[in-house]
Amino acid sequence: MTTSLNAPVSPVTGTAGPALQATDITVSFGGLVAVNRVSFTIPRGGIVSLIGPNGAGKTTFFNALTGLYQVAEGKVELDGRDITGMPAHKIAARGMARTFQNIRLFGLMTAEENVKVAMHQHLKSNVFSTILRTPWQRREEREAHDAALELLDFVGIGKTAGEYARNLSYGDQRRLEVARALALRPSVLLLDEPTAGMNPRESAIFTEFVHRVRDEKQVSVLLIEHDMSVVMRVSERITVLDRGEKIAEGGPDDIRANDRVIEAYLGKSGMENGR
Amino acid sequence: MAADLATVTPPVRPERRLRIRPGMGWPLGLLVAAVVYFIYAYLDRYFRGSIPSGLHNFGTDWLPIIKINEALVYVLAALGLNVVVGYAGLLDLGFVAFWAIGGYTAGWLMTDKISGLNFHFLTAKFTDDHKIVGIHISWWIVLIAAALVCALAGVLIGAPTLRLRSDYLALVTLGFGEIIPEAFYNGDNIAGHNLTNGTQGMQPLDYVRFFTFDKTGKLVWGDLDAFADISRFFIFCGLTALVIFASLRLRDGKLGRAWLAIREDELAASSMGVPLMRTKLSAYGIGAVAGGIAGAAFAVHVDAVLPDRFRFDISITLLAMVVLGGMGNVWGVTIGALVLAWTNSTALPNIQSSLDESGSANGVGIGLAVLGVLVLAAGIAWFVSARKGLIFIYLGVMIATIGILLRIKGPGLSFQFFVFGCVLLLMMLFRREGLIPEARTRLVLREPGRTEAEALGADMEAEAPELEALSDPIVHAAGTTPTGPTDRTTL
Repeated sequence: MTTSLNAPVSPVTGTAGPALQATDITVSFGGLVAVNRVSFTIPRGGIVSLIGPNGAGKTTFFNALTGLYQVAEGKVELDGRDITGMPAHKIAARGMARTFQNIRLFGLMTAEENVKVAMHQHLKSNVFSTILRTPWQRREEREAHDAALELLDFVGIGKTAGEYARNLSYGDQRRLEVARALALRPSVLLLDEPTAGMNPRESAIFTEFVHRVRDEKQVSVLLIEHDMSVVMRVSERITVLDRGEKIAEGGPDDIRANDRVIEAYLGKSGMENGR
Repeated sequence: MAADLATVTPPVRPERRLRIRPGMGWPLGLLVAAVVYFIYAYLDRYFRGSIPSGLHNFGTDWLPIIKINEALVYVLAALGLNVVVGYAGLLDLGFVAFWAIGGYTAGWLMTDKISGLNFHFLTAKFTDDHKIVGIHISWWIVLIAAALVCALAGVLIGAPTLRLRSDYLALVTLGFGEIIPEAFYNGDNIAGHNLTNGTQGMQPLDYVRFFTFDKTGKLVWGDLDAFADISRFFIFCGLTALVIFASLRLRDGKLGRAWLAIREDELAASSMGVPLMRTKLSAYGIGAVAGGIAGAAFAVHVDAVLPDRFRFDISITLLAMVVLGGMGNVWGVTIGALVLAWTNSTALPNIQSSLDESGSANGVGIGLAVLGVLVLAAGIAWFVSARKGLIFIYLGVMIATIGILLRIKGPGLSFQFFVFGCVLLLMMLFRREGLIPEARTRLVLREPGRTEAEALGADMEAEAPELEALSDPIVHAAGTTPTGPTDRTTL
């Protein structure tokens, strides 16, 4: 398979078909099967969610998609191209960006630098042009700088560009993670529990923000979320995992009414309290 | 004319104070120091009469040009190691390998010891005139060759090792740091071929051709013989400036950001499209380039390539220079390398010899022992009363030990490395971030991160109860993960 690192990331309007298609993904650690034959699709321009109780395998599935874990079986296609088994940085370069459940920013780099790191694959300068600071390299750096500031403005933390990431407030760090992910110019954005640690009001604002990201940056979004209010409001489709298996899939209303989902969350005895 | 100017100049008088652009302090300061030293060395060598004898004696004792040149070689290598350790955060305990490879490249291309080939190219006039056999190539080209060979060696050594995580990597680099000099040591009979001239090493090297001074101090173009220290000082300063310049530029570019990102969080970096292996290898390769330049410079500095010079303690000294100077900060590493190299090569031996000569070793020994015991006592007292001041106990033990050793052994005690070790220890206790740390390193060592601190006490669920209604009942059963505090300022 011939792949080019620098292949242009196709915009949403490019190829037809789903943005991401995962077929029969199995991930196992030793003998322990963490994700068992899960198939999953992110429609182009869609916002879909992956939910499930703790330990359901959501983050494992996420990590398998982004290349951090080896997929034992199955196939992942991004924009119609097979990315199964590729290293994480190549998958990222192909247009799959992510955030982390517990924020993983580069704490001792400024917000702007954080965003610029994610532009690595788009910048063409090399060692020599960097040392000589050729006019071409300077222009590229200037453009990267402008693009970074624009992204920081987009997520609403433009003023913090020069601050070290570790000094930002929690909410701003979450936003910076999104800005950094967007700097990859992704076609698919994976958000791993983006509202963890947010209060309901912040979560509500975040929901709108996800829509804005989808619309303005033309990405398809996959959310892992615990907060049902966020999930129900933001998602067009929801997939529910429990103990590594897909137990339900559908629109928010279907999921809300689904007995297996309620059972997975509340246990059998909790049924009478649920809907 | 003056009247015209007066009407044009604004009434407010411009500030008279010398204005230095931020960030230009260190380069200017070092440049001034280098120029002043150069002028002193030149006058001292060729116009001895113009230098007061007191200054001359001080200079000869405390700032001999040979030691300064050696310190500059250490700076070059430390700057290379800084790319690996400081920028990319990869612990390398075998950096002397590149120093050795650079040195041997110079040996192969500038001596008559190895090859039966007879090839002269832009080499020294002396070598040409005497028709010395062997490969003889201009040192300037050798410098580039050493850089390239070391870059290649860096990548070759790095490729299999960089997959390892920090402590394993450190051990493997330690191994390579031992293997490579050892290979040179034993390379005099590889299947019957003499590749390295074994224990004897390779000497003498060809002279470098550059601007130098004749006997009267006139600037001429010619061979840099054994006495051309001043020219070598100039060259080494130039090389140092070049490496500093490249380090700073790389730091600000795409690659520098990728290195820092890897140092901060490898996993996140790879998820952001930074290729880990390639980026680490480039750090290794580029660091090795500076190491190779240092090796080639050291070879002409000592006019020899000797295998027993490439010992493990050089790797450790270089690492100490990087850490003490301030990891990741080019100026810190430069100053750290200068100070440590000078302390090691000049200051401590001087102190020792002056103690030996004056016969005051006994007295000083007793004095130090008493002082040490006093500090120790104070430390113990403080520790017993307030559970503080443990450091004074350490300090007291150290001082007292030096004193007692001096008293027992008397003149001739070699306490250099003991003092060196104590200084390192104290630095790590009191100023872990180094002499001149990078702003970000100081930050991490001095204060906790904001989320770290705030995560200690925050209740996120209690906020905005009126909005709870929005959330689905499932939420309360499943619960959210309270991994961080609520931020009340941003939203």
